[in-house]
Amino acid sequence: MAVKIINDKCKGCTKCVKECPFDAITMIEKIANIGPKCTNCGACVDVCPFGAIENVQVDKKGEVDITLYHDVWVFMEQRDGELAKVSVELLGEGGRLAKEIGCKLAAVLCGDKVDNLVSEIFEYGADKVYYANAPELKSYNTDAYNKAIYEAILKYKPEVVLLGATHVGRDLGPCLAVQCGTGLTADCTKLEIDPENKQLQQTRPAFGGNLMATILIPNHRPQMATVRPGVMEKPVKKAGAKGELIDLTVEFKDGDIRTKVLEIVKGLTEVVSLTDAKVIVSGGRGLQSGDHTPEEGFALLKQLADKLGGVVGSSRAAVDAGWIDHSHQVGQTGTTVKPTIYFACGISGAIQHLAGMQNSGYIVAINKNDGAPIFDVADFGLVGDLYKVVPELIEALG
Amino acid sequence: MIFTEKHDLIRKLARDFAETELTKDILDEIEETGNYPTELLAKMGKAGFFGVKTPKQYGGQGSDYLSYVIIMEELGRVSAVTDIWVSAPNSLGGGPLMLAGTEEQLNKYLRPVATGEGIMAFALTEPGAGSDAGGTVTTAVKDGEYWVLNGRKTFITTAPVADWSIVYAKTDKTQKGSRGISAFIVDMKLAGVSCGKSEHKMGIIGCPTSDIILEDVRVHESDMLGEEGKGFSNAMKTLDIGRIGVAAMSIGVAQGALDEAIKYAKERKQFGKRIADFQAISFMIADMATKLQAAKELVYRAAQLKEINSPESGTAASMAKYYASEICNEIAAKAVQIHGGYGFIKEYKVERIYRDCRVFTIFEGTSQVQQMVISGNLLKK
Amino acid sequence: MKIIVCAKQVPDTNEVKIDPVKGTLIRDGVPSILNPDDANALEAALELKDKSADVSVAVLSMGPPQATYMLRECLAMGADEAYLLSSRTFGGADTCATSTTIAAGIRTIGAYDIIFAGRQAIDGDTAQVGPQTAQRLGIPSVTYVQKIREIKDGSIIVERQLEDGYEVIEVKTPCLLTAVKELNTPRYMSVSSIEDAYKAEVNIWDENNVNLKAEDCGLKASPTQILRSFAPAPKGKGEILTGTNTEMAVSLVGKLQELHVI
Repeated sequence: MAVKIINDKCKGCTKCVKECPFDAITMIEKIANIGPKCTNCGACVDVCPFGAIENVQVDKKGEVDITLYHDVWVFMEQRDGELAKVSVELLGEGGRLAKEIGCKLAAVLCGDKVDNLVSEIFEYGADKVYYANAPELKSYNTDAYNKAIYEAILKYKPEVVLLGATHVGRDLGPCLAVQCGTGLTADCTKLEIDPENKQLQQTRPAFGGNLMATILIPNHRPQMATVRPGVMEKPVKKAGAKGELIDLTVEFKDGDIRTKVLEIVKGLTEVVSLTDAKVIVSGGRGLQSGDHTPEEGFALLKQLADKLGGVVGSSRAAVDAGWIDHSHQVGQTGTTVKPTIYFACGISGAIQHLAGMQNSGYIVAINKNDGAPIFDVADFGLVGDLYKVVPELIEALG
Repeated sequence: MIFTEKHDLIRKLARDFAETELTKDILDEIEETGNYPTELLAKMGKAGFFGVKTPKQYGGQGSDYLSYVIIMEELGRVSAVTDIWVSAPNSLGGGPLMLAGTEEQLNKYLRPVATGEGIMAFALTEPGAGSDAGGTVTTAVKDGEYWVLNGRKTFITTAPVADWSIVYAKTDKTQKGSRGISAFIVDMKLAGVSCGKSEHKMGIIGCPTSDIILEDVRVHESDMLGEEGKGFSNAMKTLDIGRIGVAAMSIGVAQGALDEAIKYAKERKQFGKRIADFQAISFMIADMATKLQAAKELVYRAAQLKEINSPESGTAASMAKYYASEICNEIAAKAVQIHGGYGFIKEYKVERIYRDCRVFTIFEGTSQVQQMVISGNLLKK
Repeated sequence: MKIIVCAKQVPDTNEVKIDPVKGTLIRDGVPSILNPDDANALEAALELKDKSADVSVAVLSMGPPQATYMLRECLAMGADEAYLLSSRTFGGADTCATSTTIAAGIRTIGAYDIIFAGRQAIDGDTAQVGPQTAQRLGIPSVTYVQKIREIKDGSIIVERQLEDGYEVIEVKTPCLLTAVKELNTPRYMSVSSIEDAYKAEVNIWDENNVNLKAEDCGLKASPTQILRSFAPAPKGKGEILTGTNTEMAVSLVGKLQELHVI
């Protein structure tokens, strides 16, 4: 689709100029003109009172015969022989999508002698497992994994490929997409199947979480997406479930692998598993207040978190200010979380933060400013100084 | 438009620098200890803040007066004392050299001043001669290749940490008033040079001020700045640049006060609503913003006129300095008022702003002296 | 050594607010900035230039003509050359099409040893264009680079950030590296370098300058298509607890206990 102005119908009302999230429309001689910043998001089409903006079909390059492609694939990220949580979540989501399309759910597994994972993957609901077993695939390597999976895609032609939006998935996905000449939607938070044409509708936050966009890959295959960890439900394990195992044979020649992993260093930064936490106590800019330092604030939040068996999170502002490590950051550019209880302390609630935590079970907001946007998403709001309220909470918890 | 895209980028540089480097913790520490961190000065030197208008061949940045104003404005918005450190080399320290320095003097003194490697003080004021520089009693008497200086200069910014000072002294006692004054570059390490104790000031803490005492100080004749007897004119022209500098810091500091007032008025609730929703407060803010904008226009105009060396630039600089420093004090006072009791507490930024800006209507020519300059220029014909 | 840095001008999405009544974006006064991760990419290149006089740094961007402002900022930080790929034909490009255009720009600039890019841009947050450009150029890439350990003859050793640590990777040159915030602290411009940046030339190229056909660019070469976009729906208004600090705390604990979540 491409957005076009029908010049005869445009009355120069400038509604579209104000609506455009990308600042792409300007007025030239009192007629709207779409500039190069346009992403064809269509926001202007709906707002035009005169029907002067239309979405037109554009013939695209590199289209394929989509009827040749079948099945939903999930890339199984494994480290040291353990499946990544997000990959398991994607098996659940992939199974749901496969059912709606009416196709099989397959998993792609790369590793060195990780056969034991195959049965686990079947128990999580995969109908098939494509397994590439080679010493070169022991741990993630861009070139090696790319080659193994690209060859499998060429041969078996999946219609959907899902990857976790992890440091691995976000490295592998883009490379595979270019090799396959197809599209990739990053960091999806919702996947749906159009019941009519069985296309995958991929919804992701855009523009720093200020907008949600639903994206299609209509004429290219596979339809590829990375999905944020913690967004999809983990499937229930069915003990003893079995499926079809397909071995992928990969041969590596000299020069195929241009990067070499010399060493993997773990846990040097404090491990914060925000995605697994049941309770998260987050702090933001409000931690610097009067005589109180941010260090003092995070120590106080840690006390509350410890009391509830939770972990400490933070807003982007606190990370940018250097008060706490990036690994604690919740939000659009940090981690998306879904704990049972989320405490936002001294966090005003910038869109970028809300994007990462608004699906939490219960949100408690503690802020001095009762007009802070965080109260719009909070289930319980406490207007007050966090340095006074949080100690009271710790006290009340006994 | 007054500003070009280049000026926007200069503003971005100064704003990023101010917001990143001049943190609350650092500013509180400066206020507490009275010491300005040398690392911070080094960073400012590297960013080019000390020689904005100074030609590149003498280690400067080769930019213009508007850029200087923008930098002062953005840094002053966060920290008034930082502006003192920036204005010193750009105006009072570097100014006299740029006006009258020989090639050798420019290379020897202007270069380190422009890069921040050396500090040059400006010693004009004396216990008995403030704005009336004609009352100068410090003397310089020729003795062979040397001039022997005696006297006392007072309220000299950066004197205790300076490497050199421009000193104005009477070289011809037969001439009356402002005549017969010459300028010298005095190495602060010379025998007979000493500083008084650092003054305890109301504001702009973190930039020391003291007297300079000269007792039989032998200055080589190659360190006379400009022609013999032309010192007063050199000092007056320097003060033009200095006035633009004080005007620029005034609009910056006032902007900081206005920002704080607006923020607080939106946060603070009384009688069930934001105090910003009371007309008494909102109209005060409207007045503050309007006067600040008027002051900005005066300052930008003064900088532009100075850039082209317009004959009107002296009056324009005085008008800018006079108006901007006065309304800065007014805006700071109103910002404290809007803060109520909290404005009287040191934790809140407006308390420091209120004290810091008090000197703006005083130094480099009081408001009353500016009125004399402006009216004098209007009425002299 | 020749280094090319890929940079993008983006709206400062931290400054964007939502109109609480209409639920639409308030775009007024949102400044356009050099994408933060790209500033780290540029800094990485400039640090190599600081160490060795034979390093030259070119910055390449794709965007509207206004992006020259951001490129001048890069020049003022210390880059030697600046190139902007700008054409109506490039409009509507997804990451797939963008990487084709960027790769063509890089080929036109000529031989290079290292390409630095930011991990991701804050307006799209996709993190795709970097590695995709490397694929199109046929060179290896390492994403999430948090440290450059050693430049060797024919290879570079870097640290690649992981969720819970990092891996040390040796990559053959020429290669593409994407920078994360932790890699370095971008330097300030200086007043004189800004003056110089406005005397320098920013090369503006369209598809013909980089030998691309129109059908390989922009919307026409983009497999993805935006079906619709909408403002995220905020949750319904919750409950504001009242009373003293102690009363609020006790009340909250009581409510969470009733809900069986603590």
